[in-house]
Amino acid sequence: MPPLLVVNDLHTEFRTGAGLVRAVDGISYTVDPGETVAIVGESGSGKSVSALSVLRLIPDPPGRITQGEIRFAGRDIMQLTDAEMREVRGGDIGMVFQEPMTSLNPVLTIGRQITETLEQHRGMDRAAAHRRAVELLGLVGIADAERRLKQYPHQLSGGMRQRIMIAMAVACDPKLIIADEPTTALDVTIQAQILELMKELTRRLNVALIIITHNLGVVARYANRVNVMYAGRLVESGPAAEVYHNPRHPYTMALLRSVPRLDRPRQERLDPVEGQPPDLTRLDAGCAFRPRCRFAVDVCAMKRPPLEGTGNHLAACFRSHEIEREAGAAA
Amino acid sequence: MYQYIAKRVLLVFPTLIGAAALVFILMRLIPGDICLVRLGSGGGSFDPHAIDLCHAEIGLDRPLIVQFLSFVWGFFSFDFGVSMWSGKPVSLEILTRLPISLEIALLATVIAILIAVPLGTISALKQNTWIDVVVRTLAIGGIATPSFWLGIISIMFVLDITNAISGTPWMPPIDYVPIWRDPIRNLSMAFLPAITVGYRYAAVSMRMTRSAMLEVLREDYIRTARAKGLIEKIVINRHALKNALLPVVTVIGIEFAFLIGGLVVTEQVFNLNGIGRLFVQAVQNQDYTLTQALVMLTVAIFVFSNLIVDLMYAWLDPRIRFA
Repeated sequence: MPPLLVVNDLHTEFRTGAGLVRAVDGISYTVDPGETVAIVGESGSGKSVSALSVLRLIPDPPGRITQGEIRFAGRDIMQLTDAEMREVRGGDIGMVFQEPMTSLNPVLTIGRQITETLEQHRGMDRAAAHRRAVELLGLVGIADAERRLKQYPHQLSGGMRQRIMIAMAVACDPKLIIADEPTTALDVTIQAQILELMKELTRRLNVALIIITHNLGVVARYANRVNVMYAGRLVESGPAAEVYHNPRHPYTMALLRSVPRLDRPRQERLDPVEGQPPDLTRLDAGCAFRPRCRFAVDVCAMKRPPLEGTGNHLAACFRSHEIEREAGAAA
Repeated sequence: MYQYIAKRVLLVFPTLIGAAALVFILMRLIPGDICLVRLGSGGGSFDPHAIDLCHAEIGLDRPLIVQFLSFVWGFFSFDFGVSMWSGKPVSLEILTRLPISLEIALLATVIAILIAVPLGTISALKQNTWIDVVVRTLAIGGIATPSFWLGIISIMFVLDITNAISGTPWMPPIDYVPIWRDPIRNLSMAFLPAITVGYRYAAVSMRMTRSAMLEVLREDYIRTARAKGLIEKIVINRHALKNALLPVVTVIGIEFAFLIGGLVVTEQVFNLNGIGRLFVQAVQNQDYTLTQALVMLTVAIFVFSNLIVDLMYAWLDPRIRFA
C-alpha cells in the first residue's frame, strides 16, 4: 500500500528581525494509512512548523516553505490551488491544536463551529449539519449534545473543549489527523482520556494520526513510529518500540533519561538534557546537537551527520552504533 | 443577561446625581451674576434693589441646598425650569436646537462606521501594502486635521465649485427642517458638517478597527478556522470581525457621546443653531438653569451611549452575556 503522506526534503523558513530561521531544514518522513506517527522534540525544534507546513498554514509573511515535496494521497500539496487546499484542510486532513481554550472561537457556539465545517466541505444544510454534529459529540464522548451545541467554549471544561476540537477534526471523515501537542494544556488525568479517545477514534475510523508531542510516554504507548526532531532536522526515526528501547542518537537517549519513570528507583537522579536548544539563525556546518552532546568528536564540527541506518531505524549521528550499544548496556 | 442589564441601568442613577452635584457647584463657583449681566449689560446704572428682585424672581435667593434639590427633583420629573436669560422653558430652548445636533452626530456616526469598519479591516488584511499605507495616511490626516479648518475649507470648496458652475454660489439652508418633511433640504444642511466631524470620527475608529483586527488575526482560533478549510470570507466576517468589533464599539460609543456636546466649533463654522452653540451662550450668560440642563443632557447621552455599548458588548461576547 502506498503511503498516505510523503514529506520529502521539506524546508520551511521564517524571516525574522534576528535573521533567517530555518525552522524546518530538510526533513523527510512518510505516514501510512491508519498509522500513528509521533513527532517528538523540544520547544523550537520545528515539530509544529513541520506539521503546519503539511496544511500550508504557515503564516506568510514571515514564514515560507522554500523547498521540498509534500504528497498527500498521491496529490502534490504544494501545487494545489487555494480552493483545492481548502478542500484538503478540514476535509481530508483534520487538525487538533494545543490549546483548546484559545483555539476555539469565544464568540461562536460550539454547534456553529462544528457545523460550519460540514456546511463548507459536505454542502450540508443547517439541519443535516446539526444532526451530524449531535452524532459527532456522541462519538467524542460528550453527553447531552443538544445542550452542549448551544453553549460557548468558555462554558466547557478544558477536556471537553479538546473533545470538541477532536469532533471538529473528524467531522468530515478525514484520512489524516494532525494533533499538535493535543494534551499539553490539559490536566494529567484528562490527558490520558484524550489520548485514549484519539487512539480509539483513529482505530475505529481507520484514520492516520500525526501526533506532535514532547512526551515520550505518549510516544511509547500510542505511536507506531516516531520521528525525533532537533533544530529543524530529523535526528532519529524508526518504529516506536525500537527507538524507545534502543535509541541511536544521543539526543533521543538524553530525552529518554530526562523523563521520570516509575520502574526506576526513586532515588535515581533525573538526567535533564543539559544546555539550551541552539539559535536557529546561527547554525554552523556541523551537527546542531554537538554543543550539548557528550559523545561529540572532531568530525561532528565539520559536517552534519546524514540520517542513515539499518532497516527502518535511522539516526543522524556519526557514532550511532556505539551509542546504541551503550544505551543497550544501560537498559 | 437580565441581571447584567439591570445592574447597568441601576448604575445610571448615581452617575447622574454625581454629575448634577458637580455642575451645580461648578456653575456657582464661576464669578459673576446673571442678574448683573441682565440689568447692567446696557451700561447704564440700575437700582441695587433690582438685583435682589431679580434674584427672587429666578429663585437664586433660596438656600443652595434648596436650589440643588429642586434642580435634581426637576430633572427626575422632567421639569427643567425656565431659562434665566430668555425666560423661556429650558426644554423648549433645548428641543428647538437638539434635532440638528443629534442628526449631525448620528449622520457622522453612520459615515464613520461605514468608512472605518471596511477600511480598517482591509488595512489590517493588507498590512504593509500600499492600500494599508493609504488608509493609515488618511487616518492620521483625520486625527491631525482640526474639524473647524476642514469645515471652512469644505464650505469654501463648495462655494467656489458651485460659483464656477452656475455663476452663483450655493448656500446651505439656514433654518432647520426635519428630514421627513424635506429630506434634500435637510441633508443639504446637515451633510457637510456631518462629513467634517465624521472624518475625524472615522479616522479614530478606523485605527481601532485596524489594530483590533491585526490582533485578532493572530489568534489561535483564526488558525483553527483556516485549518477547517473555511473560505476567507467566513474566516474574516464570522470569526475575526465579531471579535475585533468589541473595542471598536467602545470607541464609537464614546465618540458619539462626545459629539453631542462637542459640536461647538463645527456649529459655529457652519452657522448652525445647535446644542453646542446654546451651551456657549448659556455659560457666557451665567444661565444656571440652562447650563445645568445642558450638562445633564450631555451626561445622560454619555451614560446612555455607554449603556448601549455595554449591551452591544453582551450581544457580541457570550463571555459577558453568560457571566
